[in-house]
Amino acid sequence: MHNSTTTSPVPAKPEARNLTIVQALREALREEMNRDGSVFVMGEDIRVGGSFLFTLGLLDEYGPERVINTPISESGFVGLGIGAAITGMRPIIDFQYGDFVFCAMDQIAQQASKLRYMSAGQVKVPLVLQMPTGASGRSGQHTNSMEGYFFHVPGIKIVTPATPYDAKGLFKAAVRDDNTVLFCVHKHLYGSKGRNLVSSSISTGHVPEEEYLIPLGLADVKRVGRDITVVSNLLMLHRVMNVAEKLAREQAIEVEIVDMRCIVPLDTETVVKSVQKTSRLLVVEETHHRGGWGASVAAAVAEQAIGFLDGPIRRLATPDVPIPFSPVLEDAVIPSEEEIRNTILEMLKS
Amino acid sequence: MKIRKPNPPQARDLANYPEDMLLRMYERMYLIREFELTVNTLFLKGKMPGTIHLCHGQEATAVGVCHGLRPDDYITMTHRPHGQAIAKGVTPKAMLAELFGKEGGCCKGKGGSMHVGDITIGALPAIAIVGASSPIAAGVAFGFQRQKTGQVICNFFGEGTVNKGDWHEAMNLAAIWKLPIIFFCENNFWGVTTHVSDVMLNEFVAERAGAYGMPGITVYGNDPLEVYHAVQDAAKRAREGGGPTLIEALTYRRGGHKRDDPANYRPREEVDAWLEQDPIPLFRARLAKLPSFPETKLAAIEAGVQATLVEAIDFAQASPLPPKSMALEHVYA
Repeated sequence: MHNSTTTSPVPAKPEARNLTIVQALREALREEMNRDGSVFVMGEDIRVGGSFLFTLGLLDEYGPERVINTPISESGFVGLGIGAAITGMRPIIDFQYGDFVFCAMDQIAQQASKLRYMSAGQVKVPLVLQMPTGASGRSGQHTNSMEGYFFHVPGIKIVTPATPYDAKGLFKAAVRDDNTVLFCVHKHLYGSKGRNLVSSSISTGHVPEEEYLIPLGLADVKRVGRDITVVSNLLMLHRVMNVAEKLAREQAIEVEIVDMRCIVPLDTETVVKSVQKTSRLLVVEETHHRGGWGASVAAAVAEQAIGFLDGPIRRLATPDVPIPFSPVLEDAVIPSEEEIRNTILEMLKS
Repeated sequence: MKIRKPNPPQARDLANYPEDMLLRMYERMYLIREFELTVNTLFLKGKMPGTIHLCHGQEATAVGVCHGLRPDDYITMTHRPHGQAIAKGVTPKAMLAELFGKEGGCCKGKGGSMHVGDITIGALPAIAIVGASSPIAAGVAFGFQRQKTGQVICNFFGEGTVNKGDWHEAMNLAAIWKLPIIFFCENNFWGVTTHVSDVMLNEFVAERAGAYGMPGITVYGNDPLEVYHAVQDAAKRAREGGGPTLIEALTYRRGGHKRDDPANYRPREEVDAWLEQDPIPLFRARLAKLPSFPETKLAAIEAGVQATLVEAIDFAQASPLPPKSMALEHVYA
């Protein structure tokens, strides 16, 4: 240890309890494990915290009966989670990378999502998958925006939080939900030690001590504005936030930002309401352009509020190519702050 | 391709078994056979939608398993689940109505032939994707173990499953965590049109148990008592914390993979040898030698089954079709 004198950053306000997403998630997990003995967590290497340190320290607190280190058998332990959930337990599965969920595709898309439906409600599958999603400099097989792949699957819910406050409240609601929930957090947003935390005014934030839950399926207006509605989530939300703050400062443009913190159920009502006020809609998502959830948002606005629009709906998404490794190439495919800013300015000119 | 002929062991003396158990075994096997033949006829008459995988010939495996389990134990079933479901106690009424896609079906017509089941009696509605049920069954076993319920689950699958990754992952997870599960392979030698010897070098599926450090045993699957004893032993071990067992039961389907499959890809020599070993008349002949099973008694059991089936057909035909609105229900809890 060379440097033992580093000090932690001082919170902005004395009463603020600023946490990162991973700290908020860990706190939510602890609270739910304390509340309900049927909650347990399993995954690869979670004895030391897992890839993003979601379970850091929990083995010591809860023991190997409830913090279960698994072999590398994604399909096996997702299926095992389904079976345990059917018996009334509440399994949480921590994925090192959400990308590995493909190995368990049948268990999610054909089993967890359908066993209740095909049996006319005989069983329920309360299962949460904690899935790091999105691109973070690791080439094609560790950079998928997993939420996009599962958006088409009926019978599961998909949560995509972007702030510590939302992550905690939504996670607790996900654990108590009686359905299978894919809980997708962007790899740049956890704030785990040793990883870049994206910089924006809401990357870390106040999380109250007292318990709260956020119901699944409600979008959240993260910034109120009058000139244009931008719908986004995950990492893209932070980029939109940075652009909006700059535009307000420099050009007095007021962007309204809708955070699609769940994409299933998809709260299009909040978007339509916002567009009725601003008359312009831009959707920014990291998922691939073809069939992205943003297309469903655009379609809903076209169906329900086209008369309110002053110009065409625009979408920024990752082009339909795998994510390349070289940072310059990765940056070239993921929507950037510059692209977001230019698109907003173009839209406001028309 | 290596032809596999039946090799029945020395038959056990039925005089050593409780009469009511023998009666129930015969009644269930006969019911499954007649149910399958009834379904086949209804299909040929064009009265049933969908497709169907019949299990006639394999009655002794399902019945042997369910007699070796406790009533509160669970099973998972395959895409060929009718016999497994009836053996566990799903009623012919609820099954037939399900096959008709009627509201009175065990899954209100939303599952059909490949998804029959009734969770209230431990028959988890069937999972039709080969291999997918094994990790789920391991999970149910995990739930039993962690909640200390003392229950066991039997995971039915065919020999086609043992080349699937899901199955291997489940076998390993069950072994390392000593889960109370029985992996039960109905080896009928044919995965649709492919013979097991073309896709697996081991002669017996049970050999693969050793790779996971669990016991494996091969039994003759056309005798319900052979299956019963193997399952009883495995269930006892599982309940006592000894972990899983792989049981392989050698059997044969009398028909094709599905209803419109004549199965003419199977060599005559193999088919003939197995058709001779029909589990139902063979078991009946053994029962008939006991003083407690006079012909009149056997005939009465059979008449009772026929009456049950007539009632089931009437029920299924009279059951209403589900309202269209039901298509949008049961998506989320």
